[in-house]
Amino acid sequence: MSFPLLTATAALPAIGAIATAAVPAARRTAAKWLALFFSLGTLALAIAVLVRFDPDGDRYQLTESHSWISDFGVRYELGVDGIGVALVALTALLIPFIVLAGWHDADPLETGSRRWRPTQGFFALILAVEAMVILSFEATDVFLFYIFFEAMLIPMYFLIGGFGDRAHEHGEKVASTQRSYAAVKFLLYNLVGGLIMLAAVIGLYVVAGNFSLQEIAEARANGSLDMATNTERWLFLGFFFAFAVKAPLWPLHTWLPNAMQEATAPVAVLITAVVDKVGTFAMLRFCLQLFPEASKWATPAILVLALISIVYGALLAVGQRDIKRLIAYASISHFGFIIMGIFAMTSQGQSGATLYMVNHGISTAALMLVAGFLISRRGSRLIADYGGVQKVAPVLAGTFLIGGLATLSLPGLAPFVSEFLVLVGTFTRYPAIGIIATFGIVLAALYTLVLYQRTMTGPVKPEVSAMPDLRVREIAVVAPLIVLLVFLGVYPKPVTDIVNPAVKQTLSDVQKKDPQPEVEAAK
Amino acid sequence: MSASAVHSLWTTAADPISKIDTPKIEYGQLSPTLIVVGAALVGVLIEAVVPRRSRYYAQVFTAVVALVASFAAVVALAAGGYATTKSGIAAMGAIAVDGPALFLQGTILLTALVGLFTFAERRLDPAAHGNRVDSFAAQAASVPGSDSEKAAVKAGFTTTEVFPLLMFAVAGMLIFPSANDLLTLFIALEVFSLPLYLMCALARRKRLMSQEAAVKYFLLGAFASAFTLFGIALLYGYAGSVSYGTIARVVDGTATDVSPALANTTGNDALLLIGSALIVMGLLFKVGAVPFHMWTPDVYQGAPTPVTGFMAAATKVAAFGALLRLLYVVLPGLRWDWRPVMWAVAIVTMLGGAIIAITQTDIKRLLAYSSIAHAGFILAGVIATTPDGVSSVLFYLGAYSFVTIGAFAVVTLVRDAGGEATHLSKWAGLGRRSPLVAAVFAVFLLAFAGIPLTSGFAGKFAVFKAAAEGGAAPLVVIGVISSAIAAFFYIRVIVLMFFSEPTPEGPTVAVPSPLTMTAIGVGVAVTLVLGVAPQYFLDLASQAGVFVR
Repeated sequence: MSFPLLTATAALPAIGAIATAAVPAARRTAAKWLALFFSLGTLALAIAVLVRFDPDGDRYQLTESHSWISDFGVRYELGVDGIGVALVALTALLIPFIVLAGWHDADPLETGSRRWRPTQGFFALILAVEAMVILSFEATDVFLFYIFFEAMLIPMYFLIGGFGDRAHEHGEKVASTQRSYAAVKFLLYNLVGGLIMLAAVIGLYVVAGNFSLQEIAEARANGSLDMATNTERWLFLGFFFAFAVKAPLWPLHTWLPNAMQEATAPVAVLITAVVDKVGTFAMLRFCLQLFPEASKWATPAILVLALISIVYGALLAVGQRDIKRLIAYASISHFGFIIMGIFAMTSQGQSGATLYMVNHGISTAALMLVAGFLISRRGSRLIADYGGVQKVAPVLAGTFLIGGLATLSLPGLAPFVSEFLVLVGTFTRYPAIGIIATFGIVLAALYTLVLYQRTMTGPVKPEVSAMPDLRVREIAVVAPLIVLLVFLGVYPKPVTDIVNPAVKQTLSDVQKKDPQPEVEAAK
Repeated sequence: MSASAVHSLWTTAADPISKIDTPKIEYGQLSPTLIVVGAALVGVLIEAVVPRRSRYYAQVFTAVVALVASFAAVVALAAGGYATTKSGIAAMGAIAVDGPALFLQGTILLTALVGLFTFAERRLDPAAHGNRVDSFAAQAASVPGSDSEKAAVKAGFTTTEVFPLLMFAVAGMLIFPSANDLLTLFIALEVFSLPLYLMCALARRKRLMSQEAAVKYFLLGAFASAFTLFGIALLYGYAGSVSYGTIARVVDGTATDVSPALANTTGNDALLLIGSALIVMGLLFKVGAVPFHMWTPDVYQGAPTPVTGFMAAATKVAAFGALLRLLYVVLPGLRWDWRPVMWAVAIVTMLGGAIIAITQTDIKRLLAYSSIAHAGFILAGVIATTPDGVSSVLFYLGAYSFVTIGAFAVVTLVRDAGGEATHLSKWAGLGRRSPLVAAVFAVFLLAFAGIPLTSGFAGKFAVFKAAAEGGAAPLVVIGVISSAIAAFFYIRVIVLMFFSEPTPEGPTVAVPSPLTMTAIGVGVAVTLVLGVAPQYFLDLASQAGVFVR
């Protein structure tokens, strides 16, 4: 038996979480280094997965399969296709930066018992989330996926509710109330989505008799497993609802601004760049493969919702006074693009959507983490409290600008490629929707540039005049992300090469072909 | 022994004296129950003859030995094939020894053992006048607040009678799910109910509330018993027998021998429907299903917490076992009549328990309503009427009882000057002050909420799957919705523990003796093991899923 590489990518952060949690209360720094070490180790394993993965080989590679709960027909089945590999790599890549960026976010400041170990808990929870996210990207058993899809809510919940920005204009008491409100809202939204999916998961089992994604998808494709139209639609809706909450899609998005606003910047990155990707990924992997007919049936409605997300998210981002909330609404707009790309059912659209997931992860991480550094310096999230920062802290302002430009999809930076692909892919099939979605880009320019203008340019506000520039640790976080943004913006081929074959296969499951150009069709 | 050759001890009693056969008792197959009954009797003798200061140790020792021995007997019987191939009917048709019976007896015994550890805990309450005391009243007979109570406390009395009472209750619970005729069912019901009424009244702190709870429980329980007994009488009139097998044959229309005295009533469907409805009502009362749940919150709140934990876990196991046997063995022919009713009961139980729990401010009441909601989930599995339905219910009961007993054990630890601090506001910030205790309680709450990787999820999945396969898909959807509602209040407690500021004069967490630690540790271990690797226990439950008739 070969080395179970995929299990290892999840087991290492899980072990890391336990090890970090077990560090004695007084050895906080040791816990941080341990967490960083384990996250880097996971990155190394993810790179090994990337190297061993052959884009032109089988659909699912590095597969592992063991019996687990045979009474439920559940197997421990892992396997990655190109889409999965890309997202596992993204997750493993971002976690070390999240750990490094959150280095001081969980230092204890209040009194508690001697056994109260917030720092250890913070890093252990991050690693626990990483393990569960990676497993849900790798699971090819619907039940196995579901377990981690749901279980990751718990560590995430404690990360949002337990740790917040240091300084707060209303004092710690109000802040902790708002935080726990945001955490509960996050958990309830996602739990309700997950429980509705549970009903659909059970329904799927009753219909199909097992949980293996490959077996069911195969049986669906060759017609040996026939679902009644209504059954398929209900099951699809059950799955899609959970993913739409997680992604999040308008009108199920309202938990995201609260959660991102209240969480510390690294945790906000964890939510939007890593955890939410599970939702869009699962739409691509589970909704389309398991319920191709229902997916086609629901496409018009989903495209309209995605379009609303794009425009609505961008419009609300323009009007925000809070930096983190602004980025949250921008993310909602971007998730609209991803979902639109998935359900446009064209290879450009879906490749673009997958690439978008990766690029959005990196660009949001860059923007949000720099925003976090900024906020920790001034102790306020309000845009109005800043001004003229670029004169005092030019490196901070510069990296913030690059992150912002990536968010508005400036050509030359990574998100441009993916946004372009999504729009082209949508336009070939649904021109009207493609055209309206383009306004999202215009609005993105507005909210990003106005944000930059108000915080970084203009006269230096007295409160920011003594603001220190980025420290070495902070530069170490931001610089690699910017390098990646530029690299993938100029040369996205490494990612698209991995992603494209998987997208083609997914499309063939849905039995959709790319629309032929009009001229050829007319001949 | 073939089923038709079975003579019930009870039904032949009306015949002339000379016809009574010497009862043939299979002592080996009945040994789990007999051991516990024996220990209960020994416990009574210990109260009579052993000096007061040694009684506690003698009682605990006897009870532990008996429970372990009885569990060993269950395992031996199961290993001997009595759960599968050799399953049959013992004690002249009064007791069924089969898979579900042995599985449930094993569950009850383990639950009782863990419960016993919390009964025997003597480190939590501050020592009174130099004597270590447990959760039970110094002298049950002394009036609360009176001089005789003070004298009893000063003398360091402890109510060691709870141990034989516990053993009697366990004995009744062992018989309850394995009873194979209606009279045995009734007697078992009384044998475990009466000690429970008594134990509910024995709290050391807040004695009036405890006694009030006991009275409420007793009055309502007596009513429920009366209903059951009336139902038994009607069913006897219908079938001419109290034996499960005979009634089932009359229901199916395959019975041939009708006793002449009952020729006018036998086969009267009105008797059957009313009779079985009354019996099921009595069982639903014990289970705590809506609309027979009214007693649950008051009794759970008032009873000494160790008793609450034991009662919440073991009573539910026993009562659901009896309900399963009744519906699957006696009344399968009546399936189309009782299924719609049980559907309705399951729906209102799931939703009612979950919705009312939201407004609770006392942790014990909250857990009471949560136990009602869980009864609803289990009922969804009962309704499936498939072998999968039986095994999923068995699994759920096993998983649930350990979470429950562990959760109540944690409740005993959080104390202030007035004893246990059960008001939710006092739990604020517990996670800061005692991270470990709060984390353990959070694990139990997450299991109650059915979060994956805990036993609660595996159990919930099993019953919902069985229900969906049994054609009860709407029930699954409602179950899922009420799980979401229930999740809200479990999470509220977690928010309170971890994200709220601790109150200045909040409760302290007492350091328990190894007894309670074991109870909590077992609870956590079972919760996680059944959550991550439930396969072995699912196998066990599905092998045990066939009733003998």
